[in-house]
Amino acid sequence: MAGGISYTSDETTKLSTGEVYAKMLCDLAEQDPRIVTLTADLAKSTKIGAFMERFPERFYNVGIAEQNMFGIAAGMAKCGLIPFTSCFAIFTSCRGLDQIHTDICYQNLNVKMIGSHAGTSFGQAGTTHHSTEDIAIMRSMANLVVIVPADGLETANAVQAAVAHQGPVYLRINRGFDQAVYDSMEYGYEIGKAVQLHDGTDLTIIACGSGVFQAVQAARELASVDGVKARVLNMHTIKPIDREAIMEAVHDTRRIITVEDHTVIGGLGGAVAEVIAEGGMACAFRRLGLQDAFSPIGLHEDLMSHHKIDANGIIETVRELLQLDFEEDDDWTDEV
Amino acid sequence: MGLNLKELRRLEAKANELRHITVDTVLHAGSGHIGGAMSVMDIMTILYYRFMRIKKEDPHWQDRDRFILSKGHAGIGFVSILADLGFLEREQLKTFNLTGSDLGIHLDCTKAPGVDASTGSLGHGLSIALGMAQAARQLNKDFITYCVLGDGECNEGSVWEAAMAVSHYNATNLITFVDRNRCMIDGDTEDVMKLEPFAAKWRAFGFDTLEIDGHSFVELNDAIEHALKAEKPVAIICNTIKGCGIDFMAGDFRWHYGAINEELAEKCHASLGKYYQTRLEGKGV
Ligand SMILES: Cc1ncc(C[n+]2csc(CCOP(=O)(O)OP(=O)(O)O)c2C)c(N)n1
Repeated sequence: MAGGISYTSDETTKLSTGEVYAKMLCDLAEQDPRIVTLTADLAKSTKIGAFMERFPERFYNVGIAEQNMFGIAAGMAKCGLIPFTSCFAIFTSCRGLDQIHTDICYQNLNVKMIGSHAGTSFGQAGTTHHSTEDIAIMRSMANLVVIVPADGLETANAVQAAVAHQGPVYLRINRGFDQAVYDSMEYGYEIGKAVQLHDGTDLTIIACGSGVFQAVQAARELASVDGVKARVLNMHTIKPIDREAIMEAVHDTRRIITVEDHTVIGGLGGAVAEVIAEGGMACAFRRLGLQDAFSPIGLHEDLMSHHKIDANGIIETVRELLQLDFEEDDDWTDEV
Repeated sequence: MGLNLKELRRLEAKANELRHITVDTVLHAGSGHIGGAMSVMDIMTILYYRFMRIKKEDPHWQDRDRFILSKGHAGIGFVSILADLGFLEREQLKTFNLTGSDLGIHLDCTKAPGVDASTGSLGHGLSIALGMAQAARQLNKDFITYCVLGDGECNEGSVWEAAMAVSHYNATNLITFVDRNRCMIDGDTEDVMKLEPFAAKWRAFGFDTLEIDGHSFVELNDAIEHALKAEKPVAIICNTIKGCGIDFMAGDFRWHYGAINEELAEKCHASLGKYYQTRLEGKGV
């Protein structure tokens, strides 16, 4: 089994998230000959071109034909290979969906799908290239693990975990550089286990992807300016979701905010809402993200602020939520 | 009716002007899909400045001819035309790609007047164009729908689903162009995913298929005039050069998307100036 590879932030600060992914995949492929990669005229854009240079005979550029790519990957997986597809998140989750649904997920095949340029990270390219529905779409596919790493080092962890996991995986990464949440890969990354990045009892901010860094910033400012203790959970795995961490947060903090660079319908916010609704404990709840809208164009950081998923937007929502009066009953079971 | 000298000169001058404007827009935006914008410019120029029936004062005029830029990433070139026609303010071009602007890399038809469809996801345009062509028949209208595809775009299966249907419905009120610049993002089209024998594919799908020099207004004009009278749907494969007119970009797939600064923009303008002169001389204009 491939794995056990560790990078330091010294190594990764010079690499964009896509480059970290490509580097890790090359290193894993060195150990595991089953790993092959496919792309659809996006070798350069998704950075997987590095793999093509190192393992040209294990690299397939199928041209601008995403559906074909996912079908080919399915066939390869059926014969024991571990295909990694590298494509924009939008063309993975939307264009390739029928193949992903029927050829990959239904047949429970060991295909790892990397969706790059996710959320609004390719902001200037507009709605045709924004990927703000993919978490919701991919989360609804049975058998599929859905991972949204917070930064480059977490992406490196997630790629290793994806290889170790038997079955289809969707890994959603951003264009360019992510702001660093981690300075080391040694924090106990595990598929399906949220990571607590800030402790608190007043409320919990549950975030994924680029929202995580913002949530941590917000929590720090809330602590120093407002004296508010916000817990921050990095929910890097959207499926299977960490129910325990969510319910613990509801129990301990009674106020939950989710943050994602994605529509609030069906993504992280939707997933968390489902857990809370079934958990039997009431709480105040807000979902931050795109409010059932397509995004304007612009720089990623500007769009994060437009959609109120940057630190300021989160802080604003936290202040609003903390003012809400709701009955705090110590005996939770009464409310079930 | 062939092109007379005066008309040829007018089109040459217009295409040249539009190429310069495009360079400026890329400069303002910082980067852009300049290669594919330059290769498709002559096709768009002859359509908008010679063939298409549009009303400058009314971009939504119901009877207008339609234009679908299926290779939507060339929007940065297309906006030069929209601004020149007055659908957009010239000043607006300076906002291209800026946060909150109505003009992003792939144009949004709900925000940019004159854009008939929001494209950018490759392989959609020909189907939309066919829908418009069929609608014209339903509505008893005589407008023509023009659609431009990228050659790399023709890797997409959906292009061929549309092609099959265009020929099935014998949509002679739809004219299909392919910007055959032989480049896509990752390399030469024939290295990444072989398209040849390309014209034979279009013929096999039932198209009256022409292969022309996509930078020759004379050839473009003849091809379009032929298509407007043809009894089968026509596909015009336009052999073009990616980055056409800019010497250090021409034919280089790496200029699919690129950044330019003031200095490079100056070089682009200078090169375009020379290119314009050679074109005029070459054609004895
Ligand atoms: C469905 C889809 N897949 C991938 C892309 C990313 N993409 C944008 S442009 C491009 C290459 C286009 O090549 P071509 O059609 O030959 O255009 P041109 O060379 O004329 O610019 C790709 C792969 C996209 N826009 N849409």
